[in-house]
Amino acid sequence: MTETDISRPAPSAPPFPQDRTCPYQPPEAYTRWRGDRPLTRVTLFDGRPAWLITGHAEGRALLADPRLSSDWGHPVFPVVVRRTEGRGGLAFPLIGVDDPLHARQRRMLIPSFGVKRMNAIRPRLQDLVDRLLDDMLANGPVVDLVSAFALPVPSMAICELLGVPYGDHDFFEECSRDFVGAATSGEADAAFAQLYTYLHGLVAKKQAEPGDGLLDELIARQLEEGGLDHDEVVMIALVLLVAGHETTVNAIALGALTLMQHPEQIDVLLSDPDAVPRAVEELLRFTSVSDYLVRMATEEIEVGGETVRAGDAVLVSITLMNRDATAYQDPDVFDARRNARHHVGFGHGIHQCLGQNLARAELEIALGSLFARIPGLRPAVPLDQVPIKAGHDAQGPIELPVTW
Amino acid sequence: MRITIDRDRCIGSGQCVMTAPGVFTQDDDALVALVPGQEDGAGDPRVRDVPLACPVQAVTVTED
Ligand code: HEM
Ligand code: SF4
Repeated sequence: MTETDISRPAPSAPPFPQDRTCPYQPPEAYTRWRGDRPLTRVTLFDGRPAWLITGHAEGRALLADPRLSSDWGHPVFPVVVRRTEGRGGLAFPLIGVDDPLHARQRRMLIPSFGVKRMNAIRPRLQDLVDRLLDDMLANGPVVDLVSAFALPVPSMAICELLGVPYGDHDFFEECSRDFVGAATSGEADAAFAQLYTYLHGLVAKKQAEPGDGLLDELIARQLEEGGLDHDEVVMIALVLLVAGHETTVNAIALGALTLMQHPEQIDVLLSDPDAVPRAVEELLRFTSVSDYLVRMATEEIEVGGETVRAGDAVLVSITLMNRDATAYQDPDVFDARRNARHHVGFGHGIHQCLGQNLARAELEIALGSLFARIPGLRPAVPLDQVPIKAGHDAQGPIELPVTW
Repeated sequence: MRITIDRDRCIGSGQCVMTAPGVFTQDDDALVALVPGQEDGAGDPRVRDVPLACPVQAVTVTED
């Protein structure tokens, strides 16, 4: 067994994350990190050394291991993006806390995200998608698929689910985009403050005049009974809005782009209604919109012959786990007929995506209808001219001009 | 086939329902439940994949 002390930076450890060049393929450097070892060493932007987990089996075991913490509030929790520097101490519910607090928060929300409940909102999602496609057909070609389609679907879906008045969606989308896209922690804090103030007011308004969204339920069940305080409800709403928005926008846009680059796979998608869910799972595997997860070890853990020590930064590469040849045959081939089982596009372990069944419903309806309604849909610019997000963000196109 | 579910661990992901929909379901709390009458797995081979699909090891399957 090799003993490596991660507290001494390896001079050769490459920077992480790196930008993709092709929107749906891992950066060139990442592909060299897979192979015989399930983990490698990388360096974060602030010079901190980190482990990067690349193996599918090892990554899944680690994501289910309570010795890896998601406590964003810990003073030395790893910082991967400059904009989140100095955010230590701020408690982000669900995604940024460990059990048992996490379990208590998640339990309250599970009923609102059940499979049956998500299937019940499908007809409303279908109406919404149909209307957006009517508009697109009336206004194009050429249309920017991101702003005309990929963005409004999740935005309307999450506003409706939560009970956020749709009239406020422009404001909320802007704050949400500023928050996840901020270059500095100052910019992120400003957007955060705006969102927080807005939601604070909304929760107060809903307490006075209850509606019938998820937030209203949380208020009725938890605030009234004392299970949650006002601030917790506001922070939960904030996490749901931000987590449910950016990822899904990118999954729709990058999913559509990947399909357009593989026209023969569009035929598979349209071959029968059962083909759509399967194609969506493969897109989640192949595109890995959430490229990596951040954790910190709280105890010593042996992984692939290395010793991860307490306090070490551990990054988990969803992209490379989803492209592990020991888990998927020809992992770099996009095959809409494949059974992409056990992909980690929604993570794994206790934090596995709470909104995954909403996201599936959105993706199945959005992509299924898009290609059924507009046969021959294709990018209006060459692939290398599609502007894409930076490596630390949710992966996807910033703009995607399409024609038909 | 014997299926054991642990509702205290379940995080409501729905992977079990997606993998073997004839055997697994979610109750009104959206936590895992077995479809009444199908508690023995109903001979569905996909049930064997559920323990691995579940993100929190809330399902175990043992062969009789
Ligand atoms: C295709 C779209 C989506 C993708 C790729 C995605 C991906 C993910 C991933 C990878 C995680 C795990 C984070 C971690 O382990 O640290 C996660 C967690 C989460 N997601 Fe999603 N997500 C999507 C859509 C949504 C939607 C629509 C919602 C709805 C509100 C949502 C809400 C959440 C929440 C609340 C968590 C934290 C859960 C917890 O910590 O228990 N996501 N998501
Ligand atoms: S797969 Fe596991 S966590 Fe998900 S609903 Fe089934 S039992 Fe619960």
